[in-house]
Amino acid sequence: MAQDWTNAVLQENYMRLQFPSRSENESLARVAVSAFAMQLDPTVEQLTELKTAVSEAVTNAIIHGYENMEGEVRLYCAIHEGAIEVVVEDDGSGIADVEEARQPLYTSRPELERSGMGITIMENFMDEVVIDSIPGKGTKVRMRKVICRTSECQ
Amino acid sequence: MAMETHIVNGVLVVRLRGELDHHAVENIRNDIEDELAKTHYRGLVLSFRGIDFMDSSGLGLILGRYRSVTGRNGKMALCEVTPALRRIFELSGILKVVPMHDTEDSAVRAVKEA
Repeated sequence: MAQDWTNAVLQENYMRLQFPSRSENESLARVAVSAFAMQLDPTVEQLTELKTAVSEAVTNAIIHGYENMEGEVRLYCAIHEGAIEVVVEDDGSGIADVEEARQPLYTSRPELERSGMGITIMENFMDEVVIDSIPGKGTKVRMRKVICRTSECQ
Repeated sequence: MAMETHIVNGVLVVRLRGELDHHAVENIRNDIEDELAKTHYRGLVLSFRGIDFMDSSGLGLILGRYRSVTGRNGKMALCEVTPALRRIFELSGILKVVPMHDTEDSAVRAVKEA
């Protein structure tokens, strides 16, 4: 019985976090997601990849979405069938051309010494990355990473 | 985020510590540039031994310093990259541009001899 209860919790759990677009909050965001993901018993490597992808998405919201002006970043995480889903959302300037932004080494802000690798890292470290953006309205990045195969979790 | 610097035969060695993200990089960039100016951009070694986390902002910091040092005819090398960071270094292709050494000593030697 106790085992069944634990599994039910593991299959559907979520958390939400919202914070101002200050760079201090980049570490808060990735540490919160990493702590939330611990219930799936990830490997050290999986946790590093997850933290890095979250850090990239939140940094993009702060630097590019809000262009270092004050705004709100919303983070949503859910666990579903051994995978973690992360959504990072801002109400910032949006991305005019998502395909262009996805190109490795592309950056809209070369003066900030950005490497242009943020989205490439998200795509390599997560299993799925979907970027929805409306110029002038904001950007929503949805990412998913399988932590444990269903057969191992249940 | 913290850093510790020392100079070995004119080569600036920076030992980075903590988490290298956008927030940390904003503060540390100017500190490294100040130290580079004092040593006339002769050579730079960045040690990652104390880095627990790094994202693409760290890559930007490395490439920025690489441009700044090589633009003034100096040399640069990286060393002591921990296993946790290896994937991001490999994925970025940065090691094709900036050489990586296992130890600080060999990185300093390579920069000095170059």
